[in-house]
Amino acid sequence: MNNFTYTPTNSAKEATRLRRETPAATYVAGATTLLDMMKVNLVEYPQLIDINELPLRGIEQTREGLRIGAMERMSDVGEHPVVVQQYPAVSESLLLAASAQLRNMASIGGNLLQRTRCGYFRDGAFPCNKRVPGSGCPAQQGDHHGLAILGTSTACLAQTYPGDLSVALAALDAVITLENAKGKQRRVPVTSFYLLPGQTPDRENILEPGELIVAVTIPAAPHAQRSTYLKVRERTSYAYALASAAVGLEVQGGTIRSARVALGGVGTIPWRSPEAEKILTGAPATDDTFRVAAAAALRGAQPREHNGYKVALAQNTLVRALQKVATP
Amino acid sequence: MNDSLSFEPPKAGSVVGQPVNRIDGLAKVTGQARYAAEYDLPGLTYAALKTSTIAKGRITRIDATAALREPGVLAVLTHENLPKMAQTPNTLAGKYAIYGMHMGYMPMTGDEIFYAAQPVAVVVADTFERATQAAALVQVTYEEARPVASYQSAQAEVFDPNGQGFVFDLKKVTRGNPQAALAASPVQVKATYVHAINHHNPMEPGATIAHWEGPDRVTVYDSTQAVAMSQQSLAVVLGLPQEQVRVITKFIGGGFGCKFNLWPHTVLATLAAKAVGRPVKLVLTRQLMFTSLGHREDQEQTITLGATQEGKLTTLIHEKTSTTSPWDIFAEPNAAILNWLYACPNYESSHRVARANVMTSTYMRAPGESPGSFAIECGLDELAAKLNLDPLEIRLRNYADLDSGTGQPWSSKGLKECYRRGAELFGWSKRSRQPGVTRDGQLLVGWGMATASYPVRPAQGRARVRLYADGHALVQTSATDLGTGTYTIITQVAADGLGLPMDRVRFELGDSTLPTAPASGSSVAAATVSSSVHLAIQDVWQRLAAMAVRDSQSPLFKAPLTDLTNEQDRLVLRKDPSKGESFAALLQRQGLTDIEGVGNSKSGEGFEADQLAFDNKPGTKQTKRSMYSFGVHFCEVKVDPDLGTVRVSRWVSVMDGGRILNPKTARSQIIGGAIMGIGSALMEATNRDEYFARYTNADLAGYHVPINADIPDMTVEFVDGHDPYVNAMGVKGIGEVAMVGSVAAVANAVYHATGKRVRSLPIIPSKVLGRDAV
Ligand SMILES: Cc1cc2nc3c(=O)[nH]c(=O)nc-3n(C[C@H](O)[C@H](O)[C@H](O)COP(=O)(O)OP(=O)(O)OC[C@H]3O[C@@H](n4cnc5c(N)ncnc54)[C@H](O)[C@@H]3O)c2cc1C
Ligand code: SF4
Repeated sequence: MNNFTYTPTNSAKEATRLRRETPAATYVAGATTLLDMMKVNLVEYPQLIDINELPLRGIEQTREGLRIGAMERMSDVGEHPVVVQQYPAVSESLLLAASAQLRNMASIGGNLLQRTRCGYFRDGAFPCNKRVPGSGCPAQQGDHHGLAILGTSTACLAQTYPGDLSVALAALDAVITLENAKGKQRRVPVTSFYLLPGQTPDRENILEPGELIVAVTIPAAPHAQRSTYLKVRERTSYAYALASAAVGLEVQGGTIRSARVALGGVGTIPWRSPEAEKILTGAPATDDTFRVAAAAALRGAQPREHNGYKVALAQNTLVRALQKVATP
Repeated sequence: MNDSLSFEPPKAGSVVGQPVNRIDGLAKVTGQARYAAEYDLPGLTYAALKTSTIAKGRITRIDATAALREPGVLAVLTHENLPKMAQTPNTLAGKYAIYGMHMGYMPMTGDEIFYAAQPVAVVVADTFERATQAAALVQVTYEEARPVASYQSAQAEVFDPNGQGFVFDLKKVTRGNPQAALAASPVQVKATYVHAINHHNPMEPGATIAHWEGPDRVTVYDSTQAVAMSQQSLAVVLGLPQEQVRVITKFIGGGFGCKFNLWPHTVLATLAAKAVGRPVKLVLTRQLMFTSLGHREDQEQTITLGATQEGKLTTLIHEKTSTTSPWDIFAEPNAAILNWLYACPNYESSHRVARANVMTSTYMRAPGESPGSFAIECGLDELAAKLNLDPLEIRLRNYADLDSGTGQPWSSKGLKECYRRGAELFGWSKRSRQPGVTRDGQLLVGWGMATASYPVRPAQGRARVRLYADGHALVQTSATDLGTGTYTIITQVAADGLGLPMDRVRFELGDSTLPTAPASGSSVAAATVSSSVHLAIQDVWQRLAAMAVRDSQSPLFKAPLTDLTNEQDRLVLRKDPSKGESFAALLQRQGLTDIEGVGNSKSGEGFEADQLAFDNKPGTKQTKRSMYSFGVHFCEVKVDPDLGTVRVSRWVSVMDGGRILNPKTARSQIIGGAIMGIGSALMEATNRDEYFARYTNADLAGYHVPINADIPDMTVEFVDGHDPYVNAMGVKGIGEVAMVGSVAAVANAVYHATGKRVRSLPIIPSKVLGRDAV
């Protein structure tokens, strides 16, 4: 780890001003992933601006839906009664993530910005296009057992976001509120927040330098209330998803009125599947429908030597998740 | 020792054999227990390692200018300015002289790079933060060459070491006529089992504080399982008389074999302390734990079984291929267990290795026996399936009443009772013969079992017991407590032997100035240390007895020595225990504040003759006996056939480890070993990139070990029995036998659940789903 100055602040204005003064600085929230990366010299910042005391708090019902402040902790949000009852997929995605200790520290804003677990990215001795543009992508020939099969590019196979929450947020049409140094706010759907790797895997999202994540808002909807998050991994807890599915259904008289589907662990970004949703909407809520939808969701998959299992795994995960919400 | 005067080992009703809580538990949970990195010496400085980014090649330049400019930096040591060593393991002669250095190459003795993350510089500064920051600033330039990653690589040259192996000679062993027997066998099974690279990952990382107390005298606080061997090895490396080196290890946060040997980081810390003239602390980061203390090597084993239609084994052929380092020929001897585990007249084992750009692999809990049992216990399961026999039944049909390898009788073998009791506890008789048919909702349910066994390895060690007239005692040996309970069980043994309550006994360990004990490894610690303490206590009583019979004021004056025995804290007449006196009274009258005894215990095969009266009476011919712990694991798994996940839902282990000194700490050992096996079976694997020969998951987010939610409540029982041949206390050892067979029990349960045999570890969803090599 390099030496750095540490500057706590309690206003968004001050935080963004500090970032403008020192563009190479960064924000620190729960520090659960930032410090890990700094300790192995993957990233170096001359200054950390601590945003833990910023008033980016609150879990409240608004006209647009449930608004969650970016500095709320994963555990508090995951256990919040409104989240549990009206957005079960969001609650489950949070409580199935990381460990209890990490969830108690980690913030919602920081969660959205966690970076890939690709082993080549995580060790500076390896080349990696995402870390050092143009240096190559050893995962293509090497260890990509855990990496993506959807949205990959010749430059990068890795998930830009390996976590769980954004998958649920992407499914449920959540919107992120950002604030820049001038105090100006903009609202971006989660589905447009992350960027496909393409030839610039180092650019992972549309966040401008110095911009703060202020809040996340999830619209209320019947399919949000009847939603779930299913996560598959080789051990029972404390592991990233090999594949996951966030789904929400509104079913009336056995017919699906509206459907929301997103996959995790298999896409380079949280993978919303309009293809699957199209098949589900208006169709009978049966296993056959679910299987057809799952096949459609994975149609564009480009598996490689060691992650071919993810096609079937993601399909089965999706079917299982749909089965769960179809039978109330 | 006087054979005719022997004091009783502790009897029923004593604290030995009771589930006593750990006496160091409170100290540990309150932070009072000091581990190697926790000695706050005056003037302490901190070292950080800079390691190579390449796996093969040469250092062309090291630029330390920027690092040395940093405030607080005291030294940047490289191969160019590291203090000289008197001996290195780089030559075969050096390696044998040092003895305890497992790896035949000491990093930073030259510019060559042989493996990824090889240390290239040690940076010492006045704070930890400054040392790490400066280490990042050291610029190293390399000339890079293409490394070999494993025996599986296209460029790997696989060869038969032909007896040249280090530690284990890896000679081809043949008994009977295995090939002819195979040809004549009506039933045959041949299968190849692949074992991933595993890392020990104890909670406490490797850590050293080196403190030169004079120009030729050094104290090293080190997280080591082997205090005495480290002392000896460090002395040779440093060119010091052995007594000028002191090694202290009061507490260890786990080792599992990776802290058995002296590794380069401890030597580097000691040399760095010499260079800066101040104490130096070096703690390995979690990432460096993957490239500093060895690992269980990547390996595959092909076993060929021949059997009769009744399922009786006729031949066992084992071939192993594995990866070794550029300098050493090291492989776990997997086949050894096949030679004793079952009755079989024909046997053959052979090894092949390939050199790759990796550090030397090392001992990991039950080295050889654990992966070897994975192969034979799965192979036997495959044979049972082929013959439509129950897996337990086939083991009973091949039960070895004598050791097939040597023809010797066993010192004790409670395996049949383990099978019986384990099957009963598990409900094994209700197992469906057919695989893939038992369901629990969407999940498939499978039951598997496997036999466990591990040798009572030869070892010896000394202990000293000082008994004070005020009714307290001090017991000392250089042994270590890996966290497994050595402090507790030895205090129990001493308390019983001296007739004192446990809180009057103070047990000191983990210091090379104390009487020499063997390393905590190979499951010898409980056996050897308890026996040496027991013998030292006998020595104390004998000295007291000799004093009493010569003391005209003693009620035992002129009593024949052989008529005396001890009862609690009293020395009494065997025939009339009312006649006698307490040791305190005797010592006080003699004007002594205390009395000391020493004991040298020998344990394991070849040592029994020394200490056993009954099988060793003049005129009796000594029978050589095979000495092993035994046991069995039963496992239930639930497999999700759509998602490929496997979860262990029930577990039963029943073990014969000889005398069980403390069933509570013993149970922890068994569940610990079994959980390690579950990890190895279902998730543990370090991935070495084929092109860069570097690990891609060298941390605990990437290397998965089981977490609490993966483990059900486990049932553990012991077939308790004093084994009269193994050592004075009758302890066979349980640390490693616990893991043996556990991997196979899981793999066999997965087969029973799914009907599909996954022969490559770990059994992860991709393999269960069938889209990956199995
Ligand atoms: C071992 C391990 C296992 C894990 N397993 C999982 C898992 O299974 N599923 C899962 O979803 N996650 C998992 N995580 C990731 C964990 O959820 C994240 O580390 C955590 O959410 C990050 O939050 P933080 O507040 O600690 O962020 P920090 O570490 O403080 O910051 C992360 C990044 O976000 C930036 N940042 C933080 N807040 C803001 C903001 N408001 N505006 C702009 N920028 C901001 C920081 O500058 C930094 O770049 C795991 C982490 C670890 C270490
Ligand atoms: S997959 Fe992406 S993150 Fe991984 S090595 Fe390739 S470029 Fe880097």
